[in-house]
Amino acid sequence: MGNTINNNNIALHIEDLSIAYTKDKYAVKGINADIYKNTITAIMGPSGCGKSTLLRAINRMHELYPEIKVTGNILMKDQNIFKINAMEVRQKIGMVFQRPNPFPSMSIYENVLAGYSLNGIKLKKEEKDRIVQEVLEDVGLWEEVKDTLHKKRTALSGGQQQRLCIARSIAMKPDILLLDEPTSALDPISTSKIEELLMKLKDKFTIVIVTHNMSQAARISEYSMFMYLGDLIEYDLTKKMFTNPNDKRTEQYLTGKFG
Amino acid sequence: MKDRLFKISLIATCALVLLIMGGIIYTLAKGALPTFEEYGLGFITSSDWNPNPNNEHYGALPFIAGTLITSTLALLLCIPLSFPIAIFTGYYFKGTKVASIISDIVDMLAGVPSIVYGLWGFYTLRPIIVDLGLSQQGFGIFTASIILTIMIIPYATSLSSEFIKMVPNDLKEAAFAMGSTKLEVIQKVIFPSASSGIIASYILAMGRALGETMAVTMLIGNVNLIPTSLFSSGNTMASVIANQFGEADGIKLSSLIAIGLLLFFITVVINTIGRLIMKKLKV
Ligand SMILES: Nc1ncnc2c1ncn2[C@@H]1O[C@H](COP(=O)(O)OP(=O)(O)OP(=O)(O)O)[C@@H](O)[C@H]1O
Ligand SMILES: [Mg+2]
Repeated sequence: MGNTINNNNIALHIEDLSIAYTKDKYAVKGINADIYKNTITAIMGPSGCGKSTLLRAINRMHELYPEIKVTGNILMKDQNIFKINAMEVRQKIGMVFQRPNPFPSMSIYENVLAGYSLNGIKLKKEEKDRIVQEVLEDVGLWEEVKDTLHKKRTALSGGQQQRLCIARSIAMKPDILLLDEPTSALDPISTSKIEELLMKLKDKFTIVIVTHNMSQAARISEYSMFMYLGDLIEYDLTKKMFTNPNDKRTEQYLTGKFG
Repeated sequence: MKDRLFKISLIATCALVLLIMGGIIYTLAKGALPTFEEYGLGFITSSDWNPNPNNEHYGALPFIAGTLITSTLALLLCIPLSFPIAIFTGYYFKGTKVASIISDIVDMLAGVPSIVYGLWGFYTLRPIIVDLGLSQQGFGIFTASIILTIMIIPYATSLSSEFIKMVPNDLKEAAFAMGSTKLEVIQKVIFPSASSGIIASYILAMGRALGETMAVTMLIGNVNLIPTSLFSSGNTMASVIANQFGEADGIKLSSLIAIGLLLFFITVVINTIGRLIMKKLKV
């Protein structure tokens, strides 16, 4: 897989990554994979196979919970992300969660800039305005919210909230954007808006998305991973995987035989 | 059929409680009536408490002041002590053994009878106050406030820790995912979302301080004057009742009952404010 691609195109090099929530019970087992720059990589697999666990390792979220054990390496631009400052890693690798989670105490404007204010980065007013408009336009929310930017507790739909969360992440100009089933709580129209958005955003960012929705993976991703019981069973071009999977279990999953 | 019986007995029990409550208010009001007939609202604004039969007069202001001053002071002293514990148990070390041991100890403080605090205050705290030269005998507003502080810490702590724990995990994770440090998450995520709950906890804790009787009575010095300094003696509404009701009759007894009624109302108001804030949060 991917042997036509040279090193410059690798955003993340995952090496022998294992993760255990409780002692010796591995939820992710010895995963090796390269994630390619400016592509969308979909992680698929039945519930409980370790998709979220793998994704959360990439921006070191597991460290918030001392009982979780992570071993192996992840290289980003030849730097081992486990060897540099976690806060820095998380600023470079943004994350969007399954349930939209804008900060309820902040206005839309403040939410977009939350990454800066949370990290104590001061910006000039004009710069703030520019970033807010730019990223809200990027996520297609500008027209909808430009009149209520500063209102606290504006009622946003689930889809709008999720786009706001994406805006909040990309406002930080990360290199990589991780999304964990970002559309599973949304209606079909909101979902397709977010899919369009992601396809647009991959020109600027490298995107890794966990999804339960096979047709979503087929629609938007170049590469797909299929995980099963903590193992990475198959990782290939999405087209190849969907038309001619190597592993029997991938085929069974894709044809709806389980999961 | 059984269901109906059960429902009826539930309603009956609730009605009984309401009846008791109403009865208490009624008898207090009835007992306090002579005082308000005699002094009107002047009872609340007068600072003259004089049981001398020649110019007998009763005014509740010294005790209202004593109660409000000691409770407020206790509240202020309690915040810097209980806030860090709440952050520790509700966030930093949430779910760890240390946190649960500390919460258990703090909760245990809530179970210690008032008289034990009074005793400790009398034999340990009071001499310290004397040694420090803060007051001659060690009694007074300050001493009482310190005991009150210790007594309300458990309430303020365990309640505000609950509110800190209630801050949704996904909000904290969202902030961490953007590269925040723990301190930034406390300042900018936990505190804004839990602040009204934390404030409500302190108000409810103050509600406990208002009515606290035994320990305060033992330490406040029992002087029926408006306190002039932190270290002067005084009396709270609860302590003057405890001190004087035994030998009171006539208009004096009525005045003590009136103080009880006022204390009841102040406590209800404070607790209602706290509860309203909390209720608003749940929505
Ligand atoms: N906080 C946790 N503590 C203990 N075990 C966990 C925890 N989170 C997940 N697990 C376990 O780790 C395994 C992988 O979970 P994970 O959440 O990564 O699955 P997933 O593929 O994302 O599933 P889903 O599609 O349902 O989101 C599961 O067996 C799960 O029970
Ligand atoms: Mg998951």
